[in-house]
Amino acid sequence: MMLIELQRDFRAWLVSASDDAAMRLADGELAGLSVYQNNYRAQLVGCLEQAFPHTRTWMGEEAFLTAAITHIDNRPPHAWTLDAYAAGFDDTLATLFPERPDLHELAWIEFALAEAFVAPDAGPLSAETLASIDWDSARLRLTPSFMSLVATTNAESIWSALWEGSAAPEGEMLDEAAGLIVWRRGFVSCLRRVDALESDALLQLRRDGSFASLCEMLVERLGDTDGIARAGALLAHWLGSELIVGVDEA
Amino acid sequence: MPAPNPRFSGFGLGLRKEHYRDFLETAVPVDFVEVISENFMVDGGQPLNILRRIRERHPVALHGVSMSIGSADGIDLDYLRRLKALADEVDPLFVSDHLSWSRIDRFNSHDLLPVPYTEEALDIVCANIAVAQDALGRAILFENPSSYLAFDGASMTEWEFLAAMSKRTGCDLLLDVNNIYVSATNHGFDALAFLDGIPADRVRQIHLAGHSQGRDLLIDTHDSPVCEDVWRLYAKAMSRLGPVATMIERDDDIPPLEDLLQELSTARRLGAVRTRAFA
Repeated sequence: MMLIELQRDFRAWLVSASDDAAMRLADGELAGLSVYQNNYRAQLVGCLEQAFPHTRTWMGEEAFLTAAITHIDNRPPHAWTLDAYAAGFDDTLATLFPERPDLHELAWIEFALAEAFVAPDAGPLSAETLASIDWDSARLRLTPSFMSLVATTNAESIWSALWEGSAAPEGEMLDEAAGLIVWRRGFVSCLRRVDALESDALLQLRRDGSFASLCEMLVERLGDTDGIARAGALLAHWLGSELIVGVDEA
Repeated sequence: MPAPNPRFSGFGLGLRKEHYRDFLETAVPVDFVEVISENFMVDGGQPLNILRRIRERHPVALHGVSMSIGSADGIDLDYLRRLKALADEVDPLFVSDHLSWSRIDRFNSHDLLPVPYTEEALDIVCANIAVAQDALGRAILFENPSSYLAFDGASMTEWEFLAAMSKRTGCDLLLDVNNIYVSATNHGFDALAFLDGIPADRVRQIHLAGHSQGRDLLIDTHDSPVCEDVWRLYAKAMSRLGPVATMIERDDDIPPLEDLLQELSTARRLGAVRTRAFA
């Protein structure tokens, strides 16, 4: 058997326990093959358990394991790093539990926090840089660890309670959609729920970086006075929390 | 063909996050630490920061699990690019991985799967090693994995495969004594024949670890202390090798650092016997 055929048979054995593959690989002798298959599945389950500890607690051991097995069966890993296998588990939960959006939003929070933890380093803007910015033409850069999601549930409150070890609230829908943002400040991953307007403003800033365009958007939504005031307040908050880490002059 | 790695005869531990604080805040008596390369092949953040700080205190060996040197469809160049960036930053004592494969056709098993010991596989492995060593600009160490399956049609033993691989590519070897013991038990070969068959002058590092008894086979679990049989085999290995680096791997049920240092003192004692034998 050519090496590539052997390796494709091995994949078939690991992913789907193919009897034909087992026959070709080991004449159906399963002792050794079973060790590898057990290692494969146990490692992937372990990866998901480690990546989503609060989701696991929130949904319960049995439901989590069922979801993990579904994920493993439907999405064999392909990246060189096992850490990447956590990507997409929130989609699996959304498919399995369409009536429980708190689950996939909670999983997204855990995945995003882990991604932010190893994202490229970035630091706050210096006072000198801020003093010299031409706000009409400047392009502001969000920190590379920034991730966002439209939030429909109180998953952020659930995550915070589980993280603190306190009693988590019941899962419930928000009165109106909001945003979840995750980023890293120094070496600490941060999570915040923002209202829909701030969420849209951050996405606008990520699209083109222009503070002038951001002001236009907010003026259009809130009127001249309130729009400009909100733009200033948001900018100050984002700079202070190190969401904005760079500025490019046009 | 790259130059062999310089010899280094120290004693080290695998660096695990449970012991980060010990290594950052105290003078841990080790000659080097080994880290899992993939854990630090990231863009930034605390893990890299910790590695940089520990590197200021100790030589670091990079040990990978995802190079997949036995893949029939070639080696992942993006993986090599990231590993090169890490190696450039760390200036490691050694860069090592395994004689195994994990990836085929965009599927990655994240396990160290066995390579058949055939001429065709040897050609493929050697071609992949050449690409990897060119990309990294240095000789890589390859480790003998534990295995649970032997394929029909092998034309050589594992140690003959390793010897031929090293001769053809200039790669060095990382001898995992526990893996020799586990594979020898599982497949019924003579562990001493393995030790006698490898090119001793290409071995640069030794791994020691614990294993578990599975239902039918020994399993390389790295979750327990080194057993007496493996210590005996280590002593015999050291009597055959020149100066090599020895380290203890522990990946599960991580004990306090003091326990691992105690195990390492056993390795030092057995290593000292070897040193006297060579003197």
